[in-house]
Amino acid sequence: MSFVNSFFTALQALRLNGLRSLLTTLGIIIGIASVIVMVAIGNGARKSVEEQIERLGSSMLTVFPSTRASRGQASGRFMPFSEKTMYALELELPDVLAVTGDISAQVTLVSAETDWATTVRGVNATYPLVRNQLVADGDFFAAEDVTSGRRYAVIGATIQREVFGEISAVGASIRLNNVPFEVIGVLAATGETFRGRDSDDVILAPLKTVRDRLAGNWRPVPDRIDSMYFLFRQGIDIDEAKADLETALRLDRNIEPGQNDNFRVLSFASFVQARNETSKTFSYLLAAAAGISLLVGGIGIMNIMLVSVTERTREIGLRMAIGARRRDIMIQFLIEAVVLCTIGGLIGLALGLGGAYAITSLAEWEILIEPSLVIIAIVTSLAVGIVFGFFPARQAARLSPIDALRYE
Amino acid sequence: MEAVVTCRELYKIYTMGGQEVRALDGVSFDIHEGEFISIMGPSGSGKSTLMNMIGALDVPTTGSLRIAGEDIATMTPDDLASLRNRTVGFVFQQFNLLRRTTALDNVKLPLLYRDGSLDEAKIRAIEALRRVGLEDRMDHHPSQLSGGQQQRVAIARALVNNPKIILADEPTGALDSQTSEDIMQLFSELNDHGVTIIVVTHEQEVADLTRRILRLRDGHIIADEREDLVA
Ligand SMILES: Nc1ncnc2c1ncn2[C@@H]1O[C@H](COP(=O)(O)OP(=O)(O)OP(=O)(O)O)[C@@H](O)[C@H]1O
Ligand SMILES: [Mg+2]
Repeated sequence: MSFVNSFFTALQALRLNGLRSLLTTLGIIIGIASVIVMVAIGNGARKSVEEQIERLGSSMLTVFPSTRASRGQASGRFMPFSEKTMYALELELPDVLAVTGDISAQVTLVSAETDWATTVRGVNATYPLVRNQLVADGDFFAAEDVTSGRRYAVIGATIQREVFGEISAVGASIRLNNVPFEVIGVLAATGETFRGRDSDDVILAPLKTVRDRLAGNWRPVPDRIDSMYFLFRQGIDIDEAKADLETALRLDRNIEPGQNDNFRVLSFASFVQARNETSKTFSYLLAAAAGISLLVGGIGIMNIMLVSVTERTREIGLRMAIGARRRDIMIQFLIEAVVLCTIGGLIGLALGLGGAYAITSLAEWEILIEPSLVIIAIVTSLAVGIVFGFFPARQAARLSPIDALRYE
Repeated sequence: MEAVVTCRELYKIYTMGGQEVRALDGVSFDIHEGEFISIMGPSGSGKSTLMNMIGALDVPTTGSLRIAGEDIATMTPDDLASLRNRTVGFVFQQFNLLRRTTALDNVKLPLLYRDGSLDEAKIRAIEALRRVGLEDRMDHHPSQLSGGQQQRVAIARALVNNPKIILADEPTGALDSQTSEDIMQLFSELNDHGVTIIVVTHEQEVADLTRRILRLRDGHIIADEREDLVA
């Protein structure tokens, strides 16, 4: 029998058992929907990681202090870095293009209109280069402004929007914890959130100014910084650069061999990937759910096909009596199982796309809907249909014509 | 005339719970092309068993059986399927039509298991329905047809591939006497066109319409009556 005929025969058989067929595909529907959501989220996460790495640069390392945990005992205190160390490392490491320190303080911004609680970060003039940060309006401060401790502020896009609205903040006078500053620039929006905080809700100011005026000095390390960013030449092996940086820092901080580091060096790739761990965990859960649903769904299909083969034994006998070969019977039932699964798969696809959109609006995960999702849904359901339809179809094909005809 | 069915020492032995049932116990006979023959015998004498062998639905335990010149012992399952498809047409007592499928589609079914276009299949199916006088009922489902009409549809299905042999196992068993006569009349017409027809029946009146009667008892042939001898 031709494929087209087998296909119509299968459709007809399924139509006769409409409701039963539909219920049977429930497992497949759920399974495929999970697969679709999983892949959409997985793709979205991958895309956002790629985009962020692209934007932030794959050749940047972030260094921040961590508590030293030695022999199970935390020393309890963060050891900050000093500017001296940072510049020394800049000279020592061959492939460093630029560095910037970072020291932050919580402040209340007081402008002509509103008060706004935010974070001010003292950084070097190299910050836009190192962090690949664009300035949307006005200028960033220069190296002299940092050395001389000018009270210049470059505000994030969120502050521009929330505090200044439509009017450009450039040129405005503001107070940060009562210290007067002049807004000289507005940063381009990054659109990111980090640990639930809006990355654009920030003010950048010269490092020295922030340390002296806002963050407070700390006597043991007068030129302290909270963290540092190192930008390396493009194309170097970032893991090697990281290892070199760690070795140099251990030396600088007098860490004996065998002792744990009291700092951490992160490449942005790992940083961004860590941020996407949650969505990855969710994807694994979905994968498990999808796998179980498809297995249960597949067994459901197998079961209903076995029932169908038994119910239609006489029909099989008749078809054989008028000339159906074993493979005609086999194909007929296989197609039936596959069509059943594919119908379930298409419903699951629709459900999965809906689910993926719902998830992006609830959690802030990016999803990526690609045409390949349709192919994934169809191929998966085809595969389930073939795998679980095979056994019942073979049972049908192996019947002897006379036994099948005589079956009561 | 050439023999279309050749049976030699055909045995079909079922073993059930250690008990041996000899459904066919050494049967030998020939049927020639164009014959119209009935097989009679008491219940359990092996009539259906024999028909199923000739229709290639079942295989003998031992013995040789040639259908249309081919030894079924040497045939693969696919060859047997092809034989059932083209060389023989089976008509059952219970019609065995597919429910919820139109008369036309039922008749078309054997054509779907061989090469050929769908258009041609439709033309041939309508032609077969016309031969049994039911072309105006081709869109009816079996449940919308009388028993006699359903059996005609079944005969059209058996005819549609122009088989050499039509096998009918008690085709009139479920029909009243008038309808039975019509069906036998139809077989007779087909036989006039050269189709070999083998009918199993319990009724002497039905058997009398054929030209040869093979009598079975306990798996043996006890009589082989030709028309000229009967008359
Ligand atoms: N599948 C089987 N298993 C065991 N015994 C069987 C089987 N098929 C038939 N028989 C036995 O073989 C014998 C012949 O059966 P068959 O059906 O050929 O009889 P029949 O002449 O057609 O009878 P009826 O007129 O009642 O249809 C019977 O004794 C029957 O019980
Ligand atoms: Mg019988």
